Amino acid sequence: MGRNRTDTVQLPATLNSGNRGKPSVGQLRIEEVTKIYSPKGANVLALDHCSLTIEAGEFCVIVGPSGCGKTTLLNAIAGFHDITSGEIYLDDQLLCSGKKNTDPGADRIVVFQQGALFPWYTVLENVIYGPIVQGKTAAAEVKSSAENLLGQMGLAGISHNYPNEISSGMRRRVEIARAMMNDPKILLLDEPFRALDALTKSVMHKYLLDVYDSSQKTIFFITHDLEEAIFLGSRVVVMTTRPGRIKKVIEVDIPRPRDYRVLSSDRYLELKREAIEAVHEEARKAFEAGERELA
Amino acid sequence: MSTQNPAPSSAGSWNTIPDAIFNKTAYRGIIAIVLAILFWETATRLSFPVIGKIPAPSSVIASMNNLVRDTYYWESWLVSFKRVFLGFIVAQIVGIPLGLLMGIRRYFRDLTFPIIEVMRPIPPLAWVPTAVIFWPTPEMSMTFVTFLGAFFTMVLNILGGVRNIDIRYVRAARSLGSSDRDIFWRIVLPATLPSLFTGMTVGMGITWEVVVAAEMIASRSGLGFLTWKSYVAGDFPAIVIGMISIGVAGYISSSLIRYAGSRLTPWLKVI
Repeated sequence: MGRNRTDTVQLPATLNSGNRGKPSVGQLRIEEVTKIYSPKGANVLALDHCSLTIEAGEFCVIVGPSGCGKTTLLNAIAGFHDITSGEIYLDDQLLCSGKKNTDPGADRIVVFQQGALFPWYTVLENVIYGPIVQGKTAAAEVKSSAENLLGQMGLAGISHNYPNEISSGMRRRVEIARAMMNDPKILLLDEPFRALDALTKSVMHKYLLDVYDSSQKTIFFITHDLEEAIFLGSRVVVMTTRPGRIKKVIEVDIPRPRDYRVLSSDRYLELKREAIEAVHEEARKAFEAGERELA
Repeated sequence: MSTQNPAPSSAGSWNTIPDAIFNKTAYRGIIAIVLAILFWETATRLSFPVIGKIPAPSSVIASMNNLVRDTYYWESWLVSFKRVFLGFIVAQIVGIPLGLLMGIRRYFRDLTFPIIEVMRPIPPLAWVPTAVIFWPTPEMSMTFVTFLGAFFTMVLNILGGVRNIDIRYVRAARSLGSSDRDIFWRIVLPATLPSLFTGMTVGMGITWEVVVAAEMIASRSGLGFLTWKSYVAGDFPAIVIGMISIGVAGYISSSLIRYAGSRLTPWLKVI
């Protein structure tokens, strides 16, 4: 593959605003967040005084064993769940605290693990959904800018297909396009590539990095996959097994734009080793805790 | 021709008329029907046990020749269709909003679900005596009984459809800025359409069962009564014609619903 070849996704100018200089929106501050679930009276401490600041335009990846509260944290930011105590701020604006709940909003778009494109809408109808229900822009205008975006993301030919008719990799791309149409302050991605095969996954990594490099959106990305975490993230946050706390933050100082060659670099392998050690310890604890529960 | 057009059967898209005629599925279906008729004819001629007592297809066809010239036969069709569709349509008008409301409002569901669950196991035919007493005309009681046949199926299918909507869709829609109204019209309703059409197809089948039985008990018209009358008169070929007519009528009704369903849920065909 030629060194000079650029296959970077070109985003429309409106989404490209953050490209020059430091992005100014999308700082997320998580302060002392605690979440206690009480199913059937038994209290389960899911998150225990988690604090984390994600800077505007940062690509932050959260890793940790299953049930460590990653998704709980994401749901709290998205406004799907309340929290027991602590505060979450988006650009110094209080999203939620122990006393205040937030409603989900188009400034924090979630891309779900199994994907959530509406099967009854075509690709184009899915992509324009946000602006249409928000009613801020005229339908014709939304449509043409969506077609533009789909074209620039290499999805032009499928705009009138239903999600069932396209491949899983394409569905993920459409979902990211649907999120980007709303010009969100932060993208919340909950293991978005988990169900994909390894090849599609690597294509999607490149794709997401292109979207990130050209839009400079703040990204909150949850995964189990350490290689993915280090390849994509600017910082990797390792969480402990339940109760979820922040165990370690790994700064990924690999320069951007990144491509697959990063995966064989010394720095990448070094960081991966560091992350594996941190996560492995937690995974073992989670496993033993599971054994105790079963015993 | 566009492949977007819904196909009239599960055989897939038919692009041309020869495709439709020489379609494998249709071809096999026709062979099966012809073989079944041949077997039936042979069985009656050789007087097989049980099957041998049924009038032969040849005698049924001969008797059919007379019956189709009789306006009474076609009136029976019309009367039964009217009862079925009237009861069915009222069941949609009442059942669809009720099922949707039960699905989206927990308070309302808690209030209504127990009543529905107690009423549902009562077979519609058990309502015939009460219906005859309470409704002013026999026609109304007949329609009421057919209504019941489709009503509970509709309500429960729609309720199930709403309750089974994946929370991801609702969350994604909220995240994209939907109001409650948007959630209902753009998420809940389309997501429920497949179960709605399943309910309609099943409900239509029950409606025909109910109308035929009700006509035998409490009416002097319709395809059910025609079959019963033929039995009383000892006209065996006419019984068979009555039965086949009911089968064909049910098939036509279900096909109409399937067709409407495939038009309104185009995303389901493409897999």
